[in-house]
Amino acid sequence: MSDGTVDPAAPSDAASSGAVATLVDGRPIFELLTGFITELRDAGLPVSLTESIDAMRAVEQIPVGDRETFKYALAATLVKNHAHWRSFETVFEVYFSLRGSAWQIDDDDAHELDELVDEMLGENGQGQGEGKGQGGSGEPLSAEQLAEMLYRALLKGDDTMLRAIARQSVRRFAGMEPGRPVGGTYYLYRTLRNLDLDAVMDRLMESAQGGEERSALEERLTRDEFQARIDALKKEIEAEIRRRLVADRGIDAMAKTLRKPLPEDVDFMHASREEMDLIRKALQPLARRLAVRLARKRRHGRKGPLDFRATVRHSLSFGGVPAEPQFRYPRPFKPEIFVVADISGSVASFARFILMLVHAIASQFSKVRSFVFIDGIDEVTDFFDGVEDVTEAVHRVNTEADVVWVDGHSDYGHAFEMFQERWGSQVGPKTTVLLLGDARNNYHASQSWVVKELQHRARHVYWLNPEPRSYWDTGDSIVSDYGVHCDGVYECRNLRQLERFVETLD
Amino acid sequence: MAEPRFESVPGVTDALSKVDYLADESIAGIVYLADRLGKPILVEGPAGTGKTQLAKSVAEMTGARLIRLQCYEGLDEAKALYEWNYKKQLLRIQAERNEGNVWADVETDIFSDDFLLTRPLLEAIRADDPVVLLIDEVDRVEVETEALLLEILSEYQVSIPELGTITARQIPMVFLTSNNTRELSEALKRRCLFLHIDYPDMEREKQIILTKVPEITETLADEITRIVRSIRSLELKKSPSVSETLDWARTLVLLGVDHVDEETAAGTANVLLKYQSDIAKAVKELVANRPSVGAPGVGRR
Repeated sequence: MSDGTVDPAAPSDAASSGAVATLVDGRPIFELLTGFITELRDAGLPVSLTESIDAMRAVEQIPVGDRETFKYALAATLVKNHAHWRSFETVFEVYFSLRGSAWQIDDDDAHELDELVDEMLGENGQGQGEGKGQGGSGEPLSAEQLAEMLYRALLKGDDTMLRAIARQSVRRFAGMEPGRPVGGTYYLYRTLRNLDLDAVMDRLMESAQGGEERSALEERLTRDEFQARIDALKKEIEAEIRRRLVADRGIDAMAKTLRKPLPEDVDFMHASREEMDLIRKALQPLARRLAVRLARKRRHGRKGPLDFRATVRHSLSFGGVPAEPQFRYPRPFKPEIFVVADISGSVASFARFILMLVHAIASQFSKVRSFVFIDGIDEVTDFFDGVEDVTEAVHRVNTEADVVWVDGHSDYGHAFEMFQERWGSQVGPKTTVLLLGDARNNYHASQSWVVKELQHRARHVYWLNPEPRSYWDTGDSIVSDYGVHCDGVYECRNLRQLERFVETLD
Repeated sequence: MAEPRFESVPGVTDALSKVDYLADESIAGIVYLADRLGKPILVEGPAGTGKTQLAKSVAEMTGARLIRLQCYEGLDEAKALYEWNYKKQLLRIQAERNEGNVWADVETDIFSDDFLLTRPLLEAIRADDPVVLLIDEVDRVEVETEALLLEILSEYQVSIPELGTITARQIPMVFLTSNNTRELSEALKRRCLFLHIDYPDMEREKQIILTKVPEITETLADEITRIVRSIRSLELKKSPSVSETLDWARTLVLLGVDHVDEETAAGTANVLLKYQSDIAKAVKELVANRPSVGAPGVGRR
């Protein structure tokens, strides 16, 4: 490291200016950070040795009390991919939630907020004229009072107040008991149910309307504004629950439970709605990256035949010596892709991602045709043609395609037979066939000869299975029956595996 | 090592705001750290959020010269680092021939500074005055070319086989921007501090509008940011960036609008959004979303 020169300068400078304080002795912060980095690695974030050294040096440079800067400094040195930010943040919040006071990076003062609540309550009670017991510090709030305060705080957009309410409502509604082995989601659900935010939203909208007619635009803007405030409140509640859980069970236990998987590791089949969004967001850049990569490969891969005229022309600048031979551009070879996807309930979400991905990179292929099946099969290429919004197209595929033949339970055998009959002859030596599904055939006949036939005609046949490898060929799954006729069978449960597969595809 | 450029994180924020760049905490904090640690910053984020502008502003604020290397596919050593001026070398050899010098002399002669064409990276390293090096859209070069940058980014030096190693006289501030069209190599990322610049939050965006479009009224700026936030929450091909928001604000000011109603919003949406399908979607969602009332936007579409 060349910048070792920084080190000697930094501490003395810090001592003299006083604005930047290094820790009194280096050891504790060193240990604290080592623990934190281990935690990050356990959560799946790739942190290299250099990066952890950088983090330590960075922390020395920042003012100790500034929690936000502390967080950003760690993020800048340790997290080099924005998609990993959410995982980082969770680990950070859990890991440093309790160490706050000890390390002087506490984010807020609990008592102050509680006093604020009491104060507001007093004011509130007088204002409303309904105050039975004035909000003395000992008095607990009634549920109505809390709801009223919540409503007011949301209406005004009072952040401090909202934070206090979040704390109060968790204390009151979540019903957290020490040592109870329940996950954070349960407490969150209980708290939110009691707050009944939908009703609050309606009330907010009503009062914002103020009886007069407002245009759709204004209404929409107001709604978005309130929604943003409510989302902030939810986040605050979640954080509060997390803090309490950590306080109860200790950092090490909670770090594991609260860990959030990286988007590329989220299982397609078991993704929550929030995770679905993340995956979808990650899919767009992935598609773009792949498109760029494929295009680049074709442009730079092989060189075309020697271009004699260009070579001679170029040789003039070397005094007639053909020092740099010039080549013609190679004629790019555009493969065709046939996607045949199972869209029965068990694997639908997986198929949706693949269809989106394939069509996102469609411009790189001369032809992308998609077929979906359950026990019947239908071509859905047209749904994607000239459609700007892929989500919409996928929705149409799921609702309009004619894929049910008898009972709407997967029958790979029959679907493949129909495929062979109708479109089999169009599969040629330029075609790559992607078969997607878990091959759970409900004990129907496999008709694997179709896949064998396809392999003969097509350039490649690949099978992508969204199930974990250990489940293959158990129960009614017959992956191997088909797999023997494919050029490759891949487990494809998350973005990472999908990306790895596409790397092999060209 | 020279004196650190900045005193404190708030100091960076203030200095940046003096050159009309409103930095949030993470931006200011990381710029400050980059200076203290002597590391480059890799800036990533959606298009039009001020990644390049950050480098320019830092240059302006520190009074440094901005050296910019625009990356593109096919960028090579000769265009990024240095190149021997072979035409001049040829002339030199031709001239020498008549004087009958020894080859060894000629060789040391033609591989000297006089025959070296410096390109942005080498220029930044050799500069005597303070410089800010901006390597723009680094994701456009091939993975192989990235390796060119590694020596500069970690050691602040360039090795030229014929001349030896040229080390920086002072450590310049280095910014790399990326639109994330591909994953950058681990080696490159490891050498940088990572900064993700996202769309600003409402308050900051409003401040940006007020700074960059001084003629605007505060209420209008407020309305603009609220509408833009709502539009960004939709699923679009291309969300409006900060620069497009500014364009829109300027347009509205030019049109003499002081309150954005549905008519104006629908009429000028093409400044904010660049795809027809996005415009249609935004207008449908925001303006004509209420079936109960005949919103003015409905009839015209």
